[in-house]
Amino acid sequence: MLTEPIIRIEKLEKTYHLGEVEVRALRGVDLSITRGEYVAIMGASGSGKSTLLNVLGCLDRPTAGKFFLGGEDVAAMDDDALSAFRGRTLGFVFQSYNLIHQLTVIENIHVPLFYKGRDLAACLDHCESLARLVGLGDRLDHRPKQLSGGQQQRVAIARALVNDPLLILADEPTGNLDSKTGVEILDLFDQLNASGKTIVLVTHGDEVAGRAQRVLHMKDGVVDREVTRARRASRAMEPAIA
Amino acid sequence: MRLGSLIRIVQLGLKSLMLHKMRSALTMLGIIFGVCSVIAMLAIGEGASYEAQEAIKKLGSSNIIIRSVKPPSDNKAATAGRSYVAEYGLTYADLGRLDTIPGIKRVLPVRIIRDEIRFNAMVQQGQVIGTRPLYAGMSGVELVRGRFLTDLDEARQNNVCVLTLNLAANLFPYQDPLEQEVRVGPDYFTVVGLLREKSTIEKRPQAGPVEGQPLDNNIYVPLSTARARIGETIIRRGAGTYEAEKVELHQLTVQFHSDDAVLVAVPQIRALLLRFHPKPDFEIIVPLELLIQREQTKRVFNIVLGSIAAISLLVGGIGIMNIMLATVTERTREIGIRRALGARRRDITTQFLVETVVLSIGGGLIGVVVGVATPLVVSALTDMKTIITPLSVVVAFGISGAVGIVFGLYPARRAASLDPIEALRHE
Repeated sequence: MLTEPIIRIEKLEKTYHLGEVEVRALRGVDLSITRGEYVAIMGASGSGKSTLLNVLGCLDRPTAGKFFLGGEDVAAMDDDALSAFRGRTLGFVFQSYNLIHQLTVIENIHVPLFYKGRDLAACLDHCESLARLVGLGDRLDHRPKQLSGGQQQRVAIARALVNDPLLILADEPTGNLDSKTGVEILDLFDQLNASGKTIVLVTHGDEVAGRAQRVLHMKDGVVDREVTRARRASRAMEPAIA
Repeated sequence: MRLGSLIRIVQLGLKSLMLHKMRSALTMLGIIFGVCSVIAMLAIGEGASYEAQEAIKKLGSSNIIIRSVKPPSDNKAATAGRSYVAEYGLTYADLGRLDTIPGIKRVLPVRIIRDEIRFNAMVQQGQVIGTRPLYAGMSGVELVRGRFLTDLDEARQNNVCVLTLNLAANLFPYQDPLEQEVRVGPDYFTVVGLLREKSTIEKRPQAGPVEGQPLDNNIYVPLSTARARIGETIIRRGAGTYEAEKVELHQLTVQFHSDDAVLVAVPQIRALLLRFHPKPDFEIIVPLELLIQREQTKRVFNIVLGSIAAISLLVGGIGIMNIMLATVTERTREIGIRRALGARRRDITTQFLVETVVLSIGGGLIGVVVGVATPLVVSALTDMKTIITPLSVVVAFGISGAVGIVFGLYPARRAASLDPIEALRHE
């Protein structure tokens, strides 16, 4: 079934000014991602993949080009609208988890809803069900420092899911984890993708990228090469995870 | 909805502050001391001026006191000539002249003579106060037993007297003083009443050998009797010294119909008296002027204290700002996370502003408690009077809240202006 792409990028450019020097991080990226896709972005450092992720995450605005997310023109939004838009449509998973250390697991999961004006008490069930989904149903009142890296990343994933986002953006989600825990997290991503979530993941590792259906190789600010895979590998592993 | 989100942000702020209890407490200290010092200083200042004010008010703000003063040049003359009699002060003629001044309700003349008062073998140094029955109404005295002097006593020059309780207790250790006769010099006076002096400020002995003696060893006799029996020339003999002075009246208490009349009449009275007194042998004490002067002194005092307290509040505010700036830096990562997860700039501003306001208002509350307790403790431990004015509490608390907002705004805005990407990368 063909659907309207949730991400549509045309001739996207991003130029930074570092003092006198002009850095053209993105030099005309074209990209289209449809609902339910699992896309990995790879590339050497300096290739522009982080910049692309920032733009995709609505944290940064393109210098030129078009960027539609969920059918809305992100480039035209002001700062407040952009913040609200982030809270509504995006879920972030970071390399260093980025949990708020003074909050408990359940409170961390709740943060995106907090900024949508919803009390924890009102959506406790929802937050708890997500904690259970990522396997932390019994650690709701723990603080991030009491959890292992893998567990913290699970909290971050639950948090990324709490607002039922259009798109989950993951920036090296396994970068700080040992390989066994990394595999567990990647299995979780597979599971989410299988349930219909759209995922864009930035990574260095071929192993990680191997999970995705599409792998975009960035080089010098453009998408240099694109590899599309069949879904079979991840599908085949699915029963083993569950 | 707006209120709900505000409550949530306040809860969030409280939570962050509770996480660093020690730091929060230390940050609040500045405000606590500031608010406390505003309230305590003003309470102590207010209390100090209150007592003086009350003393002046007791004299009556619609009264003035004209008092005989020995002119300085007479001291030399007294030692030079043996038979010299120092003649100075207010006269009965002055008393009559005051009738020409408008606005005067009544005038009370008083003679004050230091002498020994005797009953049988008991002797007491005291003041013989020759005065008129008006005295009871114009000076603060409280009649305890018997009666005060009457117009009939004055008209007949009766040998009657009223004693202060203190003098009576010293002279009559065993007897009931009423109807007994006490002796002053060669004359006997029948005791008709006992009273308690309430205000003593205008009866303070003038400079000289009597200074520092008790003020309430007083015997009150009719003015006419004093004039007839004791006369106007008082001779004091000491070891090798001889001193004589002639004073008709020592003091005139002038009561006016209203406060307004006082300030108008005082220059007139001064001009009138100066015409008949070439030597400066009198002084005019105007309680109303003293009162006005006190008010002004108090205002200056309050401004000084207020400034000191305001500076300490300012320092407290800067302390808060400092800590909040450090907190913003420390929590840059958190700010980045919150921004990425949908927080708007103003959500971040509010969050940090709420923290400073909670700090400053919390500090303000504690400061109010400590500030109210301090004067009470001071009053309890010393006999210093303190008055806590509600205004100082309100002002101090209000300022502490304002300090929180003013000094919290900059760190909060700085937090909100952070670039989310930079903030997320911050270690």
